[in-house]
Amino acid sequence: MTYKAWEGFVPGKWSDDEVNVRDFIQRNYTPYEGDDSFLEGPTEATQKLWNEILDLSAKERAAGGVLKADTKIVSTLTSHKAGYIDKDLEKIVGLQTDEPFKRALQPFGGIKMAEQALNMYGYEIDPQVKEIFTKYRKTHNDGVYDAYTPEMRRARTAHILTGLPDTYGRGRIVGDYRRVALYGIDYLIAQKQKDKLNMDGDMTPDKIRDREELSEQIKALNDLKTMAAEYGMDISRPAETAQEAIQWLYFGYLGAIKDQNGAAMSIGRNSTFLDIYIERDIKRGILTEKQAQELIDQFVMKLRIVKFMRIKEYNELFSGDPTWVTESIGGMGVDGRTLVTKSSFRILHTLSNLGPAPEPNLTVLWSKNLPLGFKRFCAKTSIATSAIQYESDDLMRPEMGDDYCIACCVSCMRVGKDMQFFGARANLAKCLLYAINGGKDELTKDKKTGKALQVSPMYAPVLGDGPLDYNEVIQKYEQMMDWLAGLYVNTLNLIHYMHDKYSYEALEMALHDTQVRRFFATGIAGLSCAADSLSAIKYAKVYPIRDEEGLVTDFRIEGDYPKYGNNDDRVDQIAVWLVKTFMNKIKSHYTYRQSVPTMSILTITSNVVYGKKTGNTPDGRRAGQPLAPGANPMHGRDSSGALASLESVAKLPYEYSRDGISNTFSVTPASLGKDD
Amino acid sequence: MTGRIHSFESFGTVDGPGIRFVVFLQGCPMRCLYCHNPDTWVTGGGTEYSAEEVAARALKYKNYFAGGGGVTVSGGEPMLQPQFVTQFFTIVKNAGVSTALDTSGVMFNEADPHAYDGLLAVTDLVLLDIKHIDDYQHQRLTGHSNKNILAFARYLSDMDKPVWIRHVLVPGITDDDNYLHELKNFISTLKNVQKVEVLPYHSMGEVKYNKLGMDYPLHGTKPPSPERIKNAKEILKIQ
Repeated sequence: MTYKAWEGFVPGKWSDDEVNVRDFIQRNYTPYEGDDSFLEGPTEATQKLWNEILDLSAKERAAGGVLKADTKIVSTLTSHKAGYIDKDLEKIVGLQTDEPFKRALQPFGGIKMAEQALNMYGYEIDPQVKEIFTKYRKTHNDGVYDAYTPEMRRARTAHILTGLPDTYGRGRIVGDYRRVALYGIDYLIAQKQKDKLNMDGDMTPDKIRDREELSEQIKALNDLKTMAAEYGMDISRPAETAQEAIQWLYFGYLGAIKDQNGAAMSIGRNSTFLDIYIERDIKRGILTEKQAQELIDQFVMKLRIVKFMRIKEYNELFSGDPTWVTESIGGMGVDGRTLVTKSSFRILHTLSNLGPAPEPNLTVLWSKNLPLGFKRFCAKTSIATSAIQYESDDLMRPEMGDDYCIACCVSCMRVGKDMQFFGARANLAKCLLYAINGGKDELTKDKKTGKALQVSPMYAPVLGDGPLDYNEVIQKYEQMMDWLAGLYVNTLNLIHYMHDKYSYEALEMALHDTQVRRFFATGIAGLSCAADSLSAIKYAKVYPIRDEEGLVTDFRIEGDYPKYGNNDDRVDQIAVWLVKTFMNKIKSHYTYRQSVPTMSILTITSNVVYGKKTGNTPDGRRAGQPLAPGANPMHGRDSSGALASLESVAKLPYEYSRDGISNTFSVTPASLGKDD
Repeated sequence: MTGRIHSFESFGTVDGPGIRFVVFLQGCPMRCLYCHNPDTWVTGGGTEYSAEEVAARALKYKNYFAGGGGVTVSGGEPMLQPQFVTQFFTIVKNAGVSTALDTSGVMFNEADPHAYDGLLAVTDLVLLDIKHIDDYQHQRLTGHSNKNILAFARYLSDMDKPVWIRHVLVPGITDDDNYLHELKNFISTLKNVQKVEVLPYHSMGEVKYNKLGMDYPLHGTKPPSPERIKNAKEILKIQ
């Protein structure tokens, strides 16, 4: 197979009847080891366009967070006419609806949530849409609630399981949007049709679902062509220029966000792929550096205005209105060459050209072997903008190879080859309180009896006035974790079954290999609080304080105890034990669609809300106070300096938490040394 | 051999070169008006640790010392516990880690100059605080004469021990141009000075005084202005 669009590219497996973007990159990219002196500022058109966006943003804020919302047209790939910010200035086009800053109506996750979100901002959902989605078309949310067990509902009410994607889109799936540019839609459809033909034999429910999903994928690819045609472009063929490559790729992503209102809609690992097109055009003399930067600036501008209609509680949970448009940058190749290209610089340079912004979430895959010029540029840009996220490529590459990307904040997946079932998190600090109270919730009341809600089956609580016995607590905690892990996995099995059934990500999955690896992404919250609590029970004396019902609602601590975050193995090993133990329990259960269980420790902002729902803990933390974010030590307890704190976190075993471990850490420049 | 220790800092970046593990010893004979760690003064306080224990703690961070870092013993006044520090330095030096002693030099005695030779033999760098060049002003500021301190500086120069001279800049007390010139003249008689640091006074210690129920002697004193800092650096010829 060959196309005019591929002229000048080194052929290989990628062009030989196989969809293989990594192979294309490896054969064609130009590593860049120089500095940032080649970079250009924004063009006049970019600046004008960006000012129009800033103006709209100001209006949106003034309007209370939402400028316009669609109440009638259900968002699909083809639902809206073309929309522009300022058509004549735009080098890269395409909006989620027909107007900038107009939020789409996306009810497939749940009609109630869609309606609530509209109401909160003063809009009314169109009655006909509501009728269709209540009477005739079932949503993901309805499916989940039809199947939930009473125990699952209790766990949800009591917030021992929190943030479950049962009322909203699960997100976290990253299509390989580069495929649209490299191959064009017709080629991709032909491949999928071939896969479908090969999917034959005994029609088990699994195979029937696979065949149905493939048909959905092919339909979605056709719809994507229609969507692009609305903007006057023919993406049935591969992209021929850098501008087309960026445009085609963006159309792929735009289709995904028109289809799905996911918790995190990340975009993949694109800058080095795009660099190949930019370099080719520069060599051909049809693109200048200034124009190349303009294309990247305007592409990033589009990613900055991705918007979803969400309820206010959602924004509270995530401290803002995040979309997690994560773009992974740089890293090293398995052959030892760096994957840094000039376009890795260009995309980071948007932070200077357009000013800093949290989205897209520009994430540098850091390796100690990155070229010095790039390291310096990253440092410089970080100092100036504080807007770059760093993750360890050296840690992820051995397992994931050199064409993985980050979804959301830390979840790594091979682009187009892996997907994940996002699973929010289980609260281990609360689980410890359940172990002490025999599964009664310390804050939630049973509506019928007015007494503490029995969430788990009635396990034996800790009796007596203490001090708490470490071995007894550990034994009960293990039992409670057994229960929690089982319930958690099963709840997620059910949620993802329904998501596949009622809100399948057809386009994103069309941009994956048909034989995809699925991750079953669980998570934990409250790690440091649980570890410190166990340490307090072990090394100090902790006396339970009971209410009139006999429920332990507070603790009195005598003496001091080692605290996680000080590089002290006595407690750090408790944290390690917690991570391993809970992950092993997760692994022991059946996971939906042969998915590979993983775990994360990454509550970056939602730790505040989880803390609100967690009672007094044996470490002395008061009810309602925040848990620490991710794998962080509890606030103010790491008193031996930064390295001790980091070393404690670094002990957590990545093999047991492959979906990522986050540690929120900030330093003032002065604490990094004096002026030199 | 045990030492009385106030606290540890695993990520010290301001007490010597590179990333350093800093041990703050308990106890100090000086009573500097601007001291921001009055909780380190009392000699009986702190927690006792053996030199081996402290070395084991420090060596956990050996990987981070690659860029010229190491351990620093500060205080309090580390030369109040010379045997302990000597033993601690000996252990970490054997493990290939460089050592720095952050001291006021007040314990040095011209009459018995070799008292600290054992400690200095395992010390790679001395961070020597010269709090005031004028003896009378020095006594007003710290309660002690600076004679032994300046003698210590000359002694270190004679033995060619690498030294960083540090000078805390307090408006109205230690930032007088004439005195700064005098300090510069003294420093230029030394042949072992690798670096001169001006440490601008800050009032963050005041909270500690309040917590300890003590009056803060410099209440109301503001940190020096950027111009005064620049001026001091220029006089002391610091780039």
